Amino acid sequence: MNRSSSPLWELTRARVVEFLREPEAIFWVFIFPVLLAGGLGIAFRNRPAESLRIGVADGPGAAALAARLDSFPALRAFPMTPAEAADELRTGKLALVVVPGDSVTYVFDPTRSEGQLARRVVDDALQRAAGRADPRVVSERHLTEPGSRYIDFLIPGLLGLNLMGSGMWGIGFNIVQARRKRLLKRLLATPMRKSHYLLSYGLSRFVFMILEVAALVGFGWVVFDVRVHGSIFDLLIVSVVGALAFAGLGLLTASRAQTVEGVSGIMNFVMLPMWIFSGVFFSYARFPDALQPLIQTLPLTPLLDALRSVMIDGAPLSANLARLAVVAAWGVASFGAAVKIFRWN
Amino acid sequence: MNGIVEVAVRCQGLEKRYGDVVAVDGLDLEVYAGECFGLLGPNGAGKTTTVEILEGLLQPDAGELEILGTHWGTDDRALRQRLGVQLQETQLAEKLTVEETLRLFRSFFDRGRSIDEVLRIVELEEKRAAWVSRLSGGQQQRLAVACALVSEPELLFLDEPTTGLDPQSRRGLWDLVLDFKASGRTVLLTTHYMEEAERLCDRVAIVDRGRVIALGTPGELISRLGGEHVVEFALANDDPAVDNWLRHVEGVQDVRREREGIFLTVREVHRTVPALLSALRRHDVELTSFTTHHASLEDVFVSLTGRHLRDE
Ligand SMILES: Nc1ncnc2c1ncn2[C@@H]1O[C@H](COP(=O)(O)OP(=O)(O)OP(=O)(O)O)[C@@H](O)[C@H]1O
Ligand SMILES: [Mg+2]
Repeated sequence: MNRSSSPLWELTRARVVEFLREPEAIFWVFIFPVLLAGGLGIAFRNRPAESLRIGVADGPGAAALAARLDSFPALRAFPMTPAEAADELRTGKLALVVVPGDSVTYVFDPTRSEGQLARRVVDDALQRAAGRADPRVVSERHLTEPGSRYIDFLIPGLLGLNLMGSGMWGIGFNIVQARRKRLLKRLLATPMRKSHYLLSYGLSRFVFMILEVAALVGFGWVVFDVRVHGSIFDLLIVSVVGALAFAGLGLLTASRAQTVEGVSGIMNFVMLPMWIFSGVFFSYARFPDALQPLIQTLPLTPLLDALRSVMIDGAPLSANLARLAVVAAWGVASFGAAVKIFRWN
Repeated sequence: MNGIVEVAVRCQGLEKRYGDVVAVDGLDLEVYAGECFGLLGPNGAGKTTTVEILEGLLQPDAGELEILGTHWGTDDRALRQRLGVQLQETQLAEKLTVEETLRLFRSFFDRGRSIDEVLRIVELEEKRAAWVSRLSGGQQQRLAVACALVSEPELLFLDEPTTGLDPQSRRGLWDLVLDFKASGRTVLLTTHYMEEAERLCDRVAIVDRGRVIALGTPGELISRLGGEHVVEFALANDDPAVDNWLRHVEGVQDVRREREGIFLTVREVHRTVPALLSALRRHDVELTSFTTHHASLEDVFVSLTGRHLRDE
């Protein structure tokens, strides 16, 4: 009987099948990011600004004053005794206390932004009710349309994080286990091409990359109406480059490690800076300027910038070539180094 | 194929050190094409190290070797096409089924058997859809051998293939090796089991501390003891002084002491036993046990080294 099927195909198939039979892996790669997106999306959803709680101390005309303030949507006013008012103000339940009289007195904590805000809104309301006219007509435009919310920022961030995590963990663990169980040595005793073995990891990452993108982007779209403003095809290209780059990095971190604990340590060491600095959950612009050159050299940073540029700004690939080049350079360099130093037994 | 190869494996002056440990210490070996050759030796003798060097998985520190008429480093992939390898300790991928595992290994070879045929040979047909992690130890061991057979190799390396197998599976594996040999192919196996070596191997090399200390057919090695039988007995009031006169009992070739008692190597049981019994009576020593058996490779090993092959 002649050769039954291609070794590269069989190796890749084995990778994919093995992964799908690992429930924990499925959870961390597909379910966890979706849960994280859901949780953060709800926690940081855009709410209508909460109305400010105002206390009106007992005194002449207090009830009428409270009713008037309460009629403004931004304010909720409660008449109460001065003692109650002082108490609630101190514990932060009230933003401001109005003491009625010939001249109205505002009691508030100027170091709390809520107090400052309440002072302006209450004063506006009272002055206008007393007949003040504003000479200038203004209008407002509110930023709540899809594309500018936190969840729109978050979904590409989590996508990049996921491409990094599953590339590193998925490949690293599998290889170290195969080495520890002497399966690598056994494979080496066959005429298998080493390059086929390493390549099969890249190919299986390609398969899972498509599923990961579909899971996260699909979830964001269905639940939070997060749109991909650029082309889906461009998004996939960026994701492929990212997935392969981190596959290379995963291969490199696992290329010599003998134990699962060892490889976990190395991976955490490699990934932690990117978790923090690359702008997954918030913009890396918050870090000091001195750190920026360093941040820009991490592979996850340009990947996230490219993902956001395609998803949020609808930019074409041509606008992201420099970023993709940095990501790809990481992939090529780490793959090349991994092949050089890889330990088979 | 390269036509008929007279010598399947030849190595000379093989050496391998791990730091201070000399695992293989100047080992010479010749395995003829078509024979089943056994490497016998206690734990740590250097069997696995030797076999893995021959398989091209370890680099020797010194020595020459020739496998199927060629050398490692010329065209390794072509050579590997002709070898079947079972390593002493390999855990195959746990989440693949038996059939998937075999299909994977089969895909590396240009020629070979069908999966069905291999499954039948190792009697794992009912387990073809089972995950490797769900197989018993013995079944995993058989699968490891199956992976070595998918390619119909010219030369098969088996490193302790029957360790951990029940008696029935062990016999099944012996049949497999004998069939393989009957088709004119070569087997090199390592084992701790004397019975296995005597049943399967045309020739054996006894290895100790990284060197071959005896080589020949099992029959030759046993007859080199000077006797084909062993008389084994224990005394009620044992005294090392009895050895002095035991040596002079008619037909006794060798005397040795073990935890279980005294072992005599003898050529003719029917002459020596009566002489021994009367000598015991004469010296007024009482027997507490007495048996005889055919000499085995175990006896050969003990007489050569004073140690046992296996610590049982
Ligand atoms: N990777 C290694 N590092 C250090 N020492 C090793 C290594 N592999 C083997 N050795 C040592 O080399 C010697 C020979 O080992 P080897 O595995 O070849 O013995 P063996 O005859 O196969 O034994 P067993 O019957 O137990 O399988 C032993 O003393 C062992 O401790
Ligand atoms: Mg061994």
